Amino acid sequence: MNLDAKTYQNYVKAYAKKSPSPKNCIAAFLVGGSICLLAEGFYRLYLHLGLAEASVRILTPVTIIVLTAIATGFGVFDCLAKFAGAGTLVPISGFANAVTSPAIDNKAEGLVMGVGAKMFIIAGPVIVYGTLASVIWGVIYYFLHGRGIV
Amino acid sequence: MREILIDCLLVFAVGGGFCVIAQLLIDYTKITPARILVTYVVAGVILTAVGIYEPLVKLAGCGATTPLTGFGYSHARGVEYAVRDRGLVGALTGGLSGTAGGITAAMTCGFIAALVFNGKPKT
Repeated sequence: MNLDAKTYQNYVKAYAKKSPSPKNCIAAFLVGGSICLLAEGFYRLYLHLGLAEASVRILTPVTIIVLTAIATGFGVFDCLAKFAGAGTLVPISGFANAVTSPAIDNKAEGLVMGVGAKMFIIAGPVIVYGTLASVIWGVIYYFLHGRGIV
Repeated sequence: MREILIDCLLVFAVGGGFCVIAQLLIDYTKITPARILVTYVVAGVILTAVGIYEPLVKLAGCGATTPLTGFGYSHARGVEYAVRDRGLVGALTGGLSGTAGGITAAMTCGFIAALVFNGKPKT
């Protein structure tokens, strides 16, 4: 069988497993949306209980973080994440899982280089680049604010 | 009642929408999940800086603050507050103060979870 490169590529494409993206996207949308809705529920509950809005703004993500840590510990989070993909990754639950999961898994390496160091393997870069971006914006904001622009 | 329902739909749609964008990036560009998280936080800072994110938070509440872009929004709001409060030094302190609650909660929960739970045996 003589095949030039292009024909071969088309041949492979035809037989390659189709990307399951539409199904992944629906799962991500449903689970991600639900987590945000759950957060909104806690947000309204805390306001209803009479807590100050500044505290509620902090307590709401903290609630999701606590729930995620518990779900990660019991191994439930992994199952949900396999189904939901970006649906559990993108909300604050993804950040909490990125801290908790390596902390548990690397416990055997000790409390310092295991738990202490490995919990930042993904969360570390997130904090570093988020903070760097905020420093840059802070300096720009300083000059804009000084001139009365913002 | 109708208002609450519309609010909930907005929360769901915006929060879910952020997740779909990430899912498409993962499926079609082979970006690793860690890079998605970093990109989302930095994007949150930029979108807040250009004034797009604040209206989105007003519109969708936790649908905008719960995704990691909301973490970037907290960074940016924290730094704006600190710069107004104490000038240029605030650029060094505000970003982390804005997100201190979330970061500290994740560290505390992660540590306690590591003490309580044992890792799954690799299968």
